[in-house]
Amino acid sequence: MRELSLNILDIAQNSVRAEATAITITLMEDAEGWLTFEIADNGKGMDAETVRRVSDPFYTTRTTRRVGLGLPFLRLAAEQTGGSLEIRSTPRGEGEDHGTVVRAVFNMKHIDAAPLGDMISTLCVLLQGQPQINWLYIHTTPRGEVRLDAEELRAVLGEDISLDETEVINWIRDYLDEQYSTLD
Amino acid sequence: MKTLAELAEIREKMKGKVAMRQNDGNETRIIVGMGTCGIAAGARPVLAALVEEVSKEKLEETVTVTQTGCIGICQYEPVVEVIEPGKEKVTYVKMTAEKAQRVVAEHIKGGKVVTAFTIGANVAK
Ligand SMILES: Nc1ncnc2c1ncn2[C@@H]1O[C@H](COP(=O)(O)OP(=O)(O)O)[C@@H](O)[C@H]1O
Ligand SMILES: [Mg+2]
Repeated sequence: MRELSLNILDIAQNSVRAEATAITITLMEDAEGWLTFEIADNGKGMDAETVRRVSDPFYTTRTTRRVGLGLPFLRLAAEQTGGSLEIRSTPRGEGEDHGTVVRAVFNMKHIDAAPLGDMISTLCVLLQGQPQINWLYIHTTPRGEVRLDAEELRAVLGEDISLDETEVINWIRDYLDEQYSTLD
Repeated sequence: MKTLAELAEIREKMKGKVAMRQNDGNETRIIVGMGTCGIAAGARPVLAALVEEVSKEKLEETVTVTQTGCIGICQYEPVVEVIEPGKEKVTYVKMTAEKAQRVVAEHIKGGKVVTAFTIGANVAK
């Protein structure tokens, strides 16, 4: 993928497909050029065996159809910068908390690191596609923080107006744009 | 600064409009493949363009734009399907934001399929 924000879009779609009702995307940048992102969901999770195999390109739960590429792509992208990928998951049925955390670390100064790219478009696509999910986005940098909380927006919009209305999405785009511009 | 108060204004403005929509199964559905291959091939700007054009052309009462996972024809991504009530599904392949604008203008609005972008016109014969 040309941008990390596209990997993030793709990995967040895994959480959507796992029937998560809350998905938190956290990006942490430090002054040395390391970027860590974490996508945490409360979806159906995976058992240990599945977790072990999902970043192997020859594994998918829909084996007969095709090979899952999202997590192997992400692992490759992270490791080729000297970073790493870690997946933790608790399947539904094993206790109270179930869900998955995918955590990837990138050295953004490495020559093979793709740029973060357009996170705003990634978030707009996710909110447009899944307006009912409780998205929480927090991007912290040494210069400040960008934040979006779908629950907060929904509290203002009420029950009748969904987050996927184009006027709402456009407002969200501007809202994030403004926050990012204060970081520059 | 963008404020939540502004969002509240949008809500007031939208209330009437949303109530007018007929969700009677008679709407046109535009479906964008947002699986890994679709995303890698450029589905994100295609989706954004479709949403933007549908809104600009004020088609929101009768047209919905939704996302789906992998459609299974990775080499043709980004893929966009158009399902109009009572008509056969049209599959557009190798889409771009520019092509998406034309599909909304010519097909969704104008009623004429953009044949050059369909899968039928793009499979190796
Ligand atoms: N957040 C998640 N929750 C539950 N299962 C997941 C999650 N992420 C990935 N998986 C499992 O891992 C598999 C591989 O994911 P991925 O590499 O993205 O390929 P794909 O999404 O195309 O199957 C998925 O099909 C799914 O079974
Ligand atoms: Mg995936």
